[in-house]
Amino acid sequence: MKADIILSGVGGQGILSIAAVIGEAAVHQNLYMKQAEVHGMSQRGGDVQSNLRISDQPIFSDLISKGKANLILSLEPMESLRYLPYLAPNGWVVTNSTPLINITNYPEAAELQKALDAVPNKVVFDVDQIAKEVGSIRVANMVMLGAATPFLGIAYEEIENGIKRIFERKGPDIVALNLKALAAGKKIADASIRI
Amino acid sequence: MEKMLLLGDEAIAQAAMDAGLSGVYAYPGTPSTEITEYIQSSPKSGTDHIHCKWSANEKTAMEAALGMSFAGKRALVCMKHVGVNVAADAFMNAAVTGIVGGLVFVAADDPSMHSSQNEQDSRFFGQFALIPILEPTNQQEAYDMVYEGFELSERCGVPVMLRITTRLAHSRSGVKRRPELPQNKLHFSENPRQFVLLPANARVQYQKLLEAQKQFLKYSEESAYNCFTDGEDKSRGVVASGIAYNYLMENYPEGCPFPVLKIGQYPLPENILRKMAAKCWELVVLEEGYPLIEDSLKGLLGIGLKVRGRKDGFLPRAGEFNPDIVGKAFGFKIPENQPVPAVVKMRPPSLCVGCGHRDMYEALNEAVASKADESKVFSDIGCYTLGYLPPFQAIDTCVDMGASITMAKGAADAGLRYPVAVIGDSTFTHSGMTSLLDAINEDSPITVIISDNETTGMTGGQDSSGTGKLEAICLGLGVDPAHLHVLVPLKKNHDEMVRVIRDEMEYQGTSVIIPRRECIQTIGKKKKQA
Repeated sequence: MKADIILSGVGGQGILSIAAVIGEAAVHQNLYMKQAEVHGMSQRGGDVQSNLRISDQPIFSDLISKGKANLILSLEPMESLRYLPYLAPNGWVVTNSTPLINITNYPEAAELQKALDAVPNKVVFDVDQIAKEVGSIRVANMVMLGAATPFLGIAYEEIENGIKRIFERKGPDIVALNLKALAAGKKIADASIRI
Repeated sequence: MEKMLLLGDEAIAQAAMDAGLSGVYAYPGTPSTEITEYIQSSPKSGTDHIHCKWSANEKTAMEAALGMSFAGKRALVCMKHVGVNVAADAFMNAAVTGIVGGLVFVAADDPSMHSSQNEQDSRFFGQFALIPILEPTNQQEAYDMVYEGFELSERCGVPVMLRITTRLAHSRSGVKRRPELPQNKLHFSENPRQFVLLPANARVQYQKLLEAQKQFLKYSEESAYNCFTDGEDKSRGVVASGIAYNYLMENYPEGCPFPVLKIGQYPLPENILRKMAAKCWELVVLEEGYPLIEDSLKGLLGIGLKVRGRKDGFLPRAGEFNPDIVGKAFGFKIPENQPVPAVVKMRPPSLCVGCGHRDMYEALNEAVASKADESKVFSDIGCYTLGYLPPFQAIDTCVDMGASITMAKGAADAGLRYPVAVIGDSTFTHSGMTSLLDAINEDSPITVIISDNETTGMTGGQDSSGTGKLEAICLGLGVDPAHLHVLVPLKKNHDEMVRVIRDEMEYQGTSVIIPRRECIQTIGKKKKQA
């Protein structure tokens, strides 16, 4: 088993909370894991990414090679495209469709759509909207994670258990809300894969 | 024991605490900050009274750590690579005094300059000081090297350097812990001259350090961290240090066909290298940072075995490695099938919406607009350095901690009419106070803006040692009270700020303006905790 995942977004969006759940699940299953994060200057509203590698064999590099990522998981549509050189030919892009526009030369919606359309394997959806429907914009990251579950190589139940362990301290209501968000995201991804 | 999922920085912190640490000393700096933060947030630092408050700068940190070692206890001191420059005076002399309690000195280098002004290689400082250096390949080694590093330091009688780079500092992996050791008891050197570096004593101490080199070399030759693995193909031997080793092995998942020497402890193990060189047709050196091993093997004249690395173009001269760069050098084809689409635009970091530095720069830009030809803005290291980027484009310099004030003074000495310095509160107490004293002593006609957000912002909001004391410090240094102003950087105060800055620029002496409003990130954090 081996999964190379690039998480991307804009500083402050919280990609690391997604990585934390996957990491928790991976370590609990005694899998090897390496996860390179970005701290410091670029966190201030710049583009950020994290390389997450999981395997049942020891892992050497903290960074993923070009053309080897199984999944790009992005909280922002333009940021999902920044790492395409790292995507494997049969890899998937799972991304939020809601743009975060904090630069003056952000691409026009039609241009961006065209570039996303050119990606062969993808799940593109409005994460913020689904999160609101589930009950709170604060669980957007768990919706995102749910949409990634079919591509992780880790059983869905293990991800659920990871969420339970991480949010245990915050009470059963918070755990339930996060699990609901996870399920909503998974449903979207399952539908996209069938198409 | 179950593995813990730790950043490289956190593994270092956990190892130090497990090895009987009595105090950590540091000034925040990417990528070293999380070491101290981990100890601060650990319950053990409270129950076991481990010192973990931030120091004013890297030099004070190094000196305090040496003081703790003098008193017999184990101390950890952590900084980013450029912080080593600040600590250098204490660091170099600590190698001559030697230690009593084990002292591990962590230098976190930042190749590719993700958050730094240069990519200097701290191994040169370790070599310069003539002390052993450890360089981990992964998070587990970082843990093990620190855990053993205190004992190594005590055995060698000198501080030991642990050199890491950004990628290891900020990457997470599973780490297995070792048994917790008790702290050392308070005890002192039996040699009353050891720490008194008067020339007569210093010569004795220095001679001791020179004589110890043979022993340090022996430890390196025997170290499990300098690990040789033979390979079938002797056309090439690979010497790989730190995480560069990982990028080599990533390209050879079935095992590397060439003989490989993994370097994790310095001084370089001469005998192992000699034996390896005798077997191979050429040596390739993979090392993050400057070509230290490459230069050592090649020598000035480059006579003898061919050595390849960063200097002959086999690998790029600058920047950090990754599996693709190393793979390409070894002749692997790197897939280039998918380019980055043209619609993807650069997204540089920017000051947060609602940040007080923004209001400060808006006022400053308006104040200097009419004097554009005769004014320059000298800035410093911190979030406000982002004032260089659009929309502000407000600053002309960013060099080193505290340089804003002293460079403004120098430019004033040269005849610049309106020099303005912009420095943050934490940078000011780190290295700006002596700069300000220089300016005041000559009453230099400079306008110093201490943009006070009451925290160390860029590194994530650590306590700032001058909080609540800035006016007292400025007055104590001799700023004229009539030319010391505290303002609140908010839109509604814009006109007042512009007026004060303009008036003080016209004043022919040293003035200080303190726009003060708490960092919106730390406000948010406090709200979350409440």
